Amino acid sequence: MTAAATGYRPGSTLPIWAEVRRQASRRRTQLALGFMALLPVIVLVAFEFGGDGDDDNGGGEFSSLVELATSGGLNFTLFCLFVSASFLLVVVVALFFGDTVASEASWGSLRYLLAVPVPRARLLGVKLVVALGYSLLALLTLAGTAMLLGTLRYGWAPLGSTIAAEIPAGEGTLRLLAILGYLAVVLLAVGGLAFLLSVLTDAALGAVGGAVLLWIVSSILDQITALGVIRDFLPTHFSTAWLGLLSTPPQTDDIVKGAISAIAYATLFWSLAFWRFTRKDVTS
Amino acid sequence: MTRRRVIAGAVVVALVAGLVTVAVLPESRPFTATDERLTVASGPSGTEPVELDTRFYLPKERSGKVPAVLLAHGFGGSKESVRTDAEDLAGLGYAVLTWTARGFGRSGGEIHLNSPDYEVRDAQRLLDWLAARPEVRTDAAGDPRVGVVGGSYGGALALLLAGQDQRVDAIVPMITWNDLARSLVPESTGAEPTDGVFKKGWAGVFFGSGTGGRGGLGALAGGQTGGQTGGEDEEGEADGGAGDTTDSLPTGGPPPGVSTGDPSCGRFARDVCAAYLAMATTGRPSAESVALLRRSSPQSVLPRIKAPTLLVQGALDTLFPLAEADANARGIAATGTPVRVAWFTGGHDGGSGPQTDQDRVKFLLAQWLGHHVKGEGEAPAGSFTWSRVAGFNALDRGLVTNAYSVGAYPGMDGSGRTDVTVAGPAQPIANPPAGNPAALSSLPGLGGGLSDLLSGVAGDLAGQHARFVSEPLAEAVEVGGSPTVQIRAASPTGEATLFVKLYDVDTAGGVTLSGGLVAPVRLTGLPADIAQAQPVTVTLPGIVRRIEAGNRLAVVVATSDQGFTTPAEPTVYTVAVGPAGAGPVGAAPVGLPTLTGDPIATPAAIWRYVLIGLIAAILLGLAAVLIVLRVRNRRRVDAVDPATAETPLVVTGLRKAYGDGFVAVERVDFRVERGQVVGLLGPNGAGKTTTLRVLMGLTMPTAGEVRVFGYQLVPGSPVLSRLGALVEGPGFLPHLTGEQNLRAYWAATGRPWADARFDEALEIAGLGDSIHRRTNNYSHGMRQRLAIAQAMLGLPELLVLDEPTDGLDPPQIAEMRRVLKRYATDGRAVLVSSHLLAEVEQTCTHAVVVNKGRIVASGPVDDIVGDSPSVQLDVSDQAVATEVLQRLGVRSVTAEGTGGLVVDMNGTPRTEVVAELVRAGVGVDRVVPRRRLEDAFLALVGDNSRGSGDR
Repeated sequence: MTAAATGYRPGSTLPIWAEVRRQASRRRTQLALGFMALLPVIVLVAFEFGGDGDDDNGGGEFSSLVELATSGGLNFTLFCLFVSASFLLVVVVALFFGDTVASEASWGSLRYLLAVPVPRARLLGVKLVVALGYSLLALLTLAGTAMLLGTLRYGWAPLGSTIAAEIPAGEGTLRLLAILGYLAVVLLAVGGLAFLLSVLTDAALGAVGGAVLLWIVSSILDQITALGVIRDFLPTHFSTAWLGLLSTPPQTDDIVKGAISAIAYATLFWSLAFWRFTRKDVTS
Repeated sequence: MTRRRVIAGAVVVALVAGLVTVAVLPESRPFTATDERLTVASGPSGTEPVELDTRFYLPKERSGKVPAVLLAHGFGGSKESVRTDAEDLAGLGYAVLTWTARGFGRSGGEIHLNSPDYEVRDAQRLLDWLAARPEVRTDAAGDPRVGVVGGSYGGALALLLAGQDQRVDAIVPMITWNDLARSLVPESTGAEPTDGVFKKGWAGVFFGSGTGGRGGLGALAGGQTGGQTGGEDEEGEADGGAGDTTDSLPTGGPPPGVSTGDPSCGRFARDVCAAYLAMATTGRPSAESVALLRRSSPQSVLPRIKAPTLLVQGALDTLFPLAEADANARGIAATGTPVRVAWFTGGHDGGSGPQTDQDRVKFLLAQWLGHHVKGEGEAPAGSFTWSRVAGFNALDRGLVTNAYSVGAYPGMDGSGRTDVTVAGPAQPIANPPAGNPAALSSLPGLGGGLSDLLSGVAGDLAGQHARFVSEPLAEAVEVGGSPTVQIRAASPTGEATLFVKLYDVDTAGGVTLSGGLVAPVRLTGLPADIAQAQPVTVTLPGIVRRIEAGNRLAVVVATSDQGFTTPAEPTVYTVAVGPAGAGPVGAAPVGLPTLTGDPIATPAAIWRYVLIGLIAAILLGLAAVLIVLRVRNRRRVDAVDPATAETPLVVTGLRKAYGDGFVAVERVDFRVERGQVVGLLGPNGAGKTTTLRVLMGLTMPTAGEVRVFGYQLVPGSPVLSRLGALVEGPGFLPHLTGEQNLRAYWAATGRPWADARFDEALEIAGLGDSIHRRTNNYSHGMRQRLAIAQAMLGLPELLVLDEPTDGLDPPQIAEMRRVLKRYATDGRAVLVSSHLLAEVEQTCTHAVVVNKGRIVASGPVDDIVGDSPSVQLDVSDQAVATEVLQRLGVRSVTAEGTGGLVVDMNGTPRTEVVAELVRAGVGVDRVVPRRRLEDAFLALVGDNSRGSGDR
């Protein structure tokens, strides 16, 4: 006599693949991923038709990255990452993490999953893994498309950097992968925040918007240098540290600090999410 | 809820209060600072009084007497500009004496440029003063234990003082000169300053800050804190900070007690002023001027310095380049005095440098003073440390440098040498009249640093420079020291003033003049024809730079530079590189001293271990949580109650109170046995849905327990898999079709597809082709049927349905009743909640009536419902009918509305009652048998038309 119905094992409920399909069929997933592939196209078209604007207003490393963007596939990819890292990727990651539980709650399907029963920790775990997967996929889609388009259009050239010598294409690819990896780690903090909000609220929009909002607030606070050492504790403080990977030799000190910050925040938020979700009354 | 708000509020208040407290509380300073105006007897005779503005820092925590540090400021600064450093040193346990040098700030006297008779003697009197302080440790009577620290002007003072007064125990001169004449009138082929090229840019900045009175002083001292990093590691950085030179025009009044005197000389002593004016006018110093400058140079006193010396020099310094420290180091070390040299990425152009460099210099300083003055710590190693620019800091846009270390100081020739050949034809270049327009290589006094270093401030001017370029370098070269190159020049006047620069040309063609450093040369006795010109060796200023593989070197020979005085006459020179007679295209090796060492790990390396530790801790924590949960789960699953193992559902003493204090369920007990269809009946808000939520594991009961097949039910209990449910309406993924939704749901159970009994469920749903439409287009009834089908997927042994007929039309309701009755066969059971009496009556075998969170009736429907003794009649004549009925011997008759009667029959058959009424001529419109359940229900809720279950 076993407790469960035949064929039921808690560990095999809500298989990862089932959750992947649940999310894949959603329009917002398709749109988000589609836009990741579309953005490099838009940027490319802009470069092609934009002409030679010489509004060089001395925007520091930004203007230099713009100037270098058309020098080769690697630099084009770098530019696409640079322009999306501060906001677009944040929104996309917040979407994947913030929407996942809250939308099930708003549809009412969450209670049926819990009645299957999918153990609550497993439900969150699977949702988390799949959101991670989709976020990574979005990042890779962006980089992959940009790399492909940029290389086709501008050729396979060394990675130009504004502050150090050009990096040979082979090593440049590795640097780009490292930048992607660091971006992924930094975005974990957004993911953690969005995920926590997703568990706390039934409104998917609230979770996604809330996470993005708090991220922006953190960015604003980070601009206020008078805050001094407090800024080091802002989740966005090290979000641009990946620029250090463009120098020779790569500067990794801030990257390490940024990784510590992001991992700590993500762990904290995710722990809170699990703690809350495994205890709360699901009333939606 | 309220409590939670209070807690949240308290946390916020505590945080704000904490921040405010931290912000408001004064810093606790571990030292005291005393300002005092000391009058010391100085001058050549040793009797001329001069008033010095001093500040004495004394550590608060001290055991016995403490060693002292004499901290001197830079040119144009004051005791204020070294305040941070003084406080740091006081924090390290030194008594620190700072003072404003004579001729500056509030001190009296005139500027004699560190003259041995004036400034140096002033400092000797300060040593006397220190020795007399009871708090200061002494080596002998009148001999304090003291180190002298200073940057630039203060650094030279430290050297000169140590050469003149043997009481000094250690010195740390930073970014300072060896020979002031050579620094201001350099010549890079080795000629004397009298034949040098006047560095008018820097000289002007200096003279301006000395004549500018307090306005200039304030601006330049302010430039220190407003500089690149705001750090004040290099004492007396004021003269190299990023001050705005326009502000250094005299704006304030004269310092108190100082007469304005000659407006062209300001506070400079007459001889110094005269020397400057002559030099600046002609661009050529006289022998007397050179002698005066050399009187102010440590060069002459080096052999007499016995105090261990730590020399810190900056690589971004067009005023006092690395070679100055090199000369000092060699001169002092020649007599066996311990000397240590360090280079950092900063200086009069580069400011304090990046944080890593500041930290390194601070450490070296503390270590040096600690051993040689305080007598603590091991003897510092003799190793030479330097740093090289690695790029921008990604966050604050500052420079990032990597530091390196090598066992011994190699000097300006480096630890190795690489020759790179530059080549090019002889080129004619024009000297612009009056030196205008002129090439720009650095911005003296502006502390350009970054832009200087990275791409040069500006380029060379067309027609005014010759360029000799190398092939791309096969491999990267780590240059550290003074490069050399041989050039030749021809001039119709026999003389030429040229500027030799070494550019790093990257693969994209971008050029960088490292540090903005140029080598001025003045050549005389030149032939008019380049073919006869003899090569001269030019020693370029020392640089620290990595030249990447693939880059080229370019030697540029220019005729003008804004930083220097050049001949006013327009001339055309011809320049070439390499030995004479080598054909039209000359080639010459550029000797690059190389410097390799071991990278110094930055303190930031510790963060890597922190990161590794953090990840390890997270993984361990995760593993621990998983293990604990697994153990706890196993224990819970095993707890089966054998008495109820065959009973689908036993609810005992269930109570649920929500966080806001609302009690949704007071106490509910009931059972559902196999084969039963149990109706949970109650008005809206009676607690039905809350009970079902607990049954689904969505909410935790406050008290009581629910057992399903003997297993206690808590959220996530595996036994929930034997339960199918529809609670609070359907929940579907709107973007999927009905069929996809069912499949997605079953996929989530992880059970085999064959167990789903999919076709049976579809049949129950009865949606036809609509099953292939997206559910967001479904009507309410369609969703309801799909939800029931979903609950029945896999034919669970216990089916829990909340208001299943909600939204169904009558035929579907009838069909649903049949389905549910049929479902409960084969030992399965169904629990249906409803607020509709008729539905429960017609569908269920058993009923549980709840109201206000409590059970009011339960049992088989037949028992409860049965025929009750009462009947409701609608008659044409109420009065007659009442009379007839009473005659028949019924128990009671109650009038209800117009024509309505409720009759307790007391066993009289209904047929007889109707027959009697008709016989009596009363028309019977309607006869409705009343049932017990209805009676009970109405007794509970019927009188209250307001939300019956609302509490």
